Formats: sequence, structure tokens, C-alpha cells
Amino acid sequence: MSTEVAALRKALSSTPRPPRASAVSAALAFGWRGMLKVKHVPEQLLDVTITPVMFLLLFTYLFGGAVAGSTGDYLDYILPGILVMSVLFTTVYSGIALNTDVTRGVVDRFRSLPIARPAPLFGALLGDSVRYLVAGTVIVVLGLALGYRPSAGVTGVVAALALVVVFAFGLSWVFTTLGLLMRSPNAVMNAGFMGIFPVTFLSNVFVDPDTLPGALEAVVNVNPVSILATASRGLMEGTADAGDIAIVLGTAAALTAVFAPITTRLYGRR
Amino acid sequence: MQTLAIEATGLVKAFGDTRAVDGVDLSVRRGSVYGVLGPNGAGKTTTIRMLATLLRPDAGSARVLGHDIVSEADAVRGLVTLTGQLASVDEDLTGHENLVLIARLLGFRRAQARARADELLEAFGIADAAGRLVKHYSGGMRRRLDIAASIVVTPELMFLDEPTTGLDPRSRNQVWDIIRALVAEGTTILLCTQYLDEADQLADGIAVIDHGKVIAEGTPAQLKASVGSGALHVRLLDPEQRPEAESVLARELGSVHLEPDPSALSGACANGDRAAAAVAELARSGVGIGDFSLGQPTLDEVFLALTGHTAADQTAEEDAEIQEEQPA
Repeated sequence: MSTEVAALRKALSSTPRPPRASAVSAALAFGWRGMLKVKHVPEQLLDVTITPVMFLLLFTYLFGGAVAGSTGDYLDYILPGILVMSVLFTTVYSGIALNTDVTRGVVDRFRSLPIARPAPLFGALLGDSVRYLVAGTVIVVLGLALGYRPSAGVTGVVAALALVVVFAFGLSWVFTTLGLLMRSPNAVMNAGFMGIFPVTFLSNVFVDPDTLPGALEAVVNVNPVSILATASRGLMEGTADAGDIAIVLGTAAALTAVFAPITTRLYGRR
Repeated sequence: MQTLAIEATGLVKAFGDTRAVDGVDLSVRRGSVYGVLGPNGAGKTTTIRMLATLLRPDAGSARVLGHDIVSEADAVRGLVTLTGQLASVDEDLTGHENLVLIARLLGFRRAQARARADELLEAFGIADAAGRLVKHYSGGMRRRLDIAASIVVTPELMFLDEPTTGLDPRSRNQVWDIIRALVAEGTTILLCTQYLDEADQLADGIAVIDHGKVIAEGTPAQLKASVGSGALHVRLLDPEQRPEAESVLARELGSVHLEPDPSALSGACANGDRAAAAVAELARSGVGIGDFSLGQPTLDEVFLALTGHTAADQTAEEDAEIQEEQPA
């Protein structure tokens, strides 16, 4: 018997089976996997943050003066909005990542393990939440560099970031559902952005809806993205409305309640 | 303890109009290597995915290590592992991270998981690449990592779906060594393969499946005997001469099979003397021979003998099956 084969047999016989991983520790292991991906493939994060960064610069300097009278005033208005946009764009990535796992066959391995069924999904979104936090922080830091000074200080910014990330966690489930229904990562990306783009633009992220035609204004005002942007502005300026925050959290909870079970079901479908 | 590791009766799975698996029965003894032999699209992968609890059968039932694959799926998952056709490792992680992840998911503590990953990487000869991203691995390394991920905890039953397809001969031999070591440790193996040679090397028993049905079952020796113990393969210098060579071989060997390569043909033959006589007869008749060899029957020949059609005819169906299974 060669030494190679001897090493193999030793590796095979040496380890007893540990007790099963709990649902929480399995989910945390998947979260760790997500963070490793940020480390090894940082360009994926760059892909989704580059658009909001461009928008922030273009809108502030190109339209800022015309829309809000001065570049500085517009920055105060648009920065929390772009923060929302940046993080929401990143949620599409969660669906793309899940679809990639399915097409590459990694999901087969996870599904054949004796672990709690929703653990891979909750864990992945936990890891993605770190990604959302990074995407949001990039925008805030850029804003500060451009001269944005939130009245509510660090606390306000952190609260706004947290709120946006919680909403993104809820919205991600829509894209993970999409990720399991579509056939390729590209299809998920196209469909995802086809949805998230209009929803983001038909909000108060870029302009005050007061100037819009009546029907459009009505749509924009009930768009959860508008409410999220308003709440974020409020938190950063110290004028947040508890009702807005409640609506945002409620929407996130509702999205999770509807789409998390659908995703889990599709993931386990056999 | 029951003596059967797998007991399947009448398994059926359809994707749309295609019945990928159409009533498969299997009995696999504990501790054995059982080969499921068939061309692309025969239903091998679908069968294995049902037994590994990744797909729910439309009809029929199966017990794996005494547990029902539908009602006790979780118990089955705790005892088996699957190494699929696509290497199911994460390309964006390093080899070490891949194994630590699986170990953590199986309940190892952090330090134990790291130690186990190191040990496996060492045993599988990929310790040098432990810190490299898997996307930079060669096909053979990737496949070994994939198998390593399947034995973080030594499984009682392992499903291997075409573990050597696309590998070079050296990597293939390494994978075979790993499989033999697993068997020596008492793991039962269900091996899907397209290669009769592979099944012959490793398996105690073989089921040949075609169009989702088991069409023959037996030991490798029985199976080969049913098609003749070997075959003479001849490659001609000039493809134009193939009709002439065909008639000579038909006369000498009784049967002849034209290969996809226009200058190649083969015929079943029981022993070396017959083959030598046939080659001599070819030379005498003025057919230019590039090279010839005496080999085991290929899957194509087994198929031809058992079904009257070659394995290659089914590629289109395989495509349909893969399409239907995505996303799983």
C-alpha cells in the first residue's frame, strides 16, 4: 500500500461524526461563506456600487443647481436617496448569487446535507446584509467627502443605514425567489433591474414629488421606496417620523413573510 | 442490520413528456460498489438524484440504508453523500474554505473543522493549493476536492455520478484509488458511469440502463460475456478501404461495427488467435492498416449487443433532460 493510499485511509477512518449543526450555526456558516465572497470577489460589490456613485456625482453637479437651487442643498436631499438606491440595487445581487449556485451545482451539495432547510437562504442573506452595509457606507463616505453634513450626526447616519439594510433584507427575498425561477444569472440580473430601476426612479429619491403631475405624484407617494427615502432623510436630519419608520419595517416584514417561505419551498423543491 | 443499502422499486420520474426514469428497480448490498452503466440521457443522474433525496419520485419507492427517501429524507441525508456530475464546490472560495464550510455545516467546531480540512487536503494531495481559489484548480484537483467534501464525515453510502468524466488518465486513477480506499473502509458506493472499463475496475455488480429502464444486470464478467469477451479495433490508413475491410472482418469475426471515425471499425472476438487471423487476412487482402488493438468491449458495443442501437444516439435526449432539471 502506497503512502498516499495510507494517508487516505487514515483520513477516512479518523473522524467520528459530530452532533448535527443547529439551524443557527448552519445559517452563520453560510453567512461566513457570503463574507468570504466579498473578500475574494470584491469586483462584484464594485459592479453594483459604481452606478449609484455615478448617479450621485452626475445628479448633484449636473442637476443639483437646477433642481434645488444649489449643489449643496441638492446633496442634502439626494444623499439619503442614493443611499437607498445603492443598497436596493445590491439586493438584486442576492438573486444572481443564488441562481449562480444552482447553475454551478453547489446547491446540490447543500441540499444533500442534513441541515435545516431555510439555513442556506437565511445565512446567505445574512452575509449579503454585510454587503448592503458596505454599499451604503461607500455612499455615505462619498457624501461626506462632497460636503454632506447630516444634522443628526453619526447616530442618525447609523440609524438610517440600519433601516435601509433591514428593508433590503426583506426585499432580497423577492430576488431570491426570482433567482430560483429563472434559468441563468444573466436573466435574473435583467429581470431584477427591470423591476428595481423603475421602482427606484418612481420615488422621491431624486426629486421632490410636489412638482409631478397629480396621478404620478400619488403613485410616488405610496411607493415604499419613497417612504424609505423619507425616513432615511428624517433619521439623518433628526426629524424622522415614527409612522414612516413603522411602514418601512412593516413592509420589510411583509416581504419576508411572503417571499421567504416561497424561496424556501422553491429551494427544497424536488 | 439489513443487508441491503439500497432497495428501489419501480422508480419513475418524468420531466414534461420525457420519462427520464421509467420504472427502475435496484438492490444494492451494503459494502459493495454497484455500477449504473448507461449513455448520456439514460436516466442515471435522475435516478441518483432521487435516491439522494434531491428529487421526489413521481412513482415507486426506495429505501436507502433502511430509510424511506421521501418520508425520511432527512435521515437519509445524514447517512449519504452525493458527488454530482458538476463538481459541487464553490469556485469563489479556496479549497480549504470549501472544506471548512462543509465541516461547519456538519456540526464540527471551528478548530476541528480547520483541522479536518487540513487533514483531507493533505490526504488528497491538494495541500499545496489549499489557499488558492477553486476557480484556478485543474479538473482533477477540483474533482478530488469535491470528493473530499463528500467524506468530511465518512458516509455510509456514497453516490458518485460520473466521477471521472473529463479527467485525464492520471487523475482518473487517483479517483479510482480514493474510491477503493472508501470501499475498504466499509462505505457502500453507487457509481454512475458511461465507461464499462470503470465499472469493470470498481464495481461488484452492474445495472445497464437505457431510456430510464434497467435492461441488463449482473457482474462485470457476466455482462462482458454477453457481448463477447473482447473486440478487435482497427484503424485504416485510407477510409476509402473501409467497405473492403468491413467485409473481411464480417467473414473472419462474424460481426463488425463501424465506428464514428470514418477510418475505424471493430468486431467482437473471443480471443487473440481470432484477432491475429483477422488482421492477417486484412493485410493479405491489401487493406492498409494504421493500427489495431485488442480491447474490452466499449459501452457502445455493450449497448449494441443489448439494445441494437448505440449509446451515441441519445445525446439529444440528454440535453432535454438537463434542460428540464434546471433549475432543480
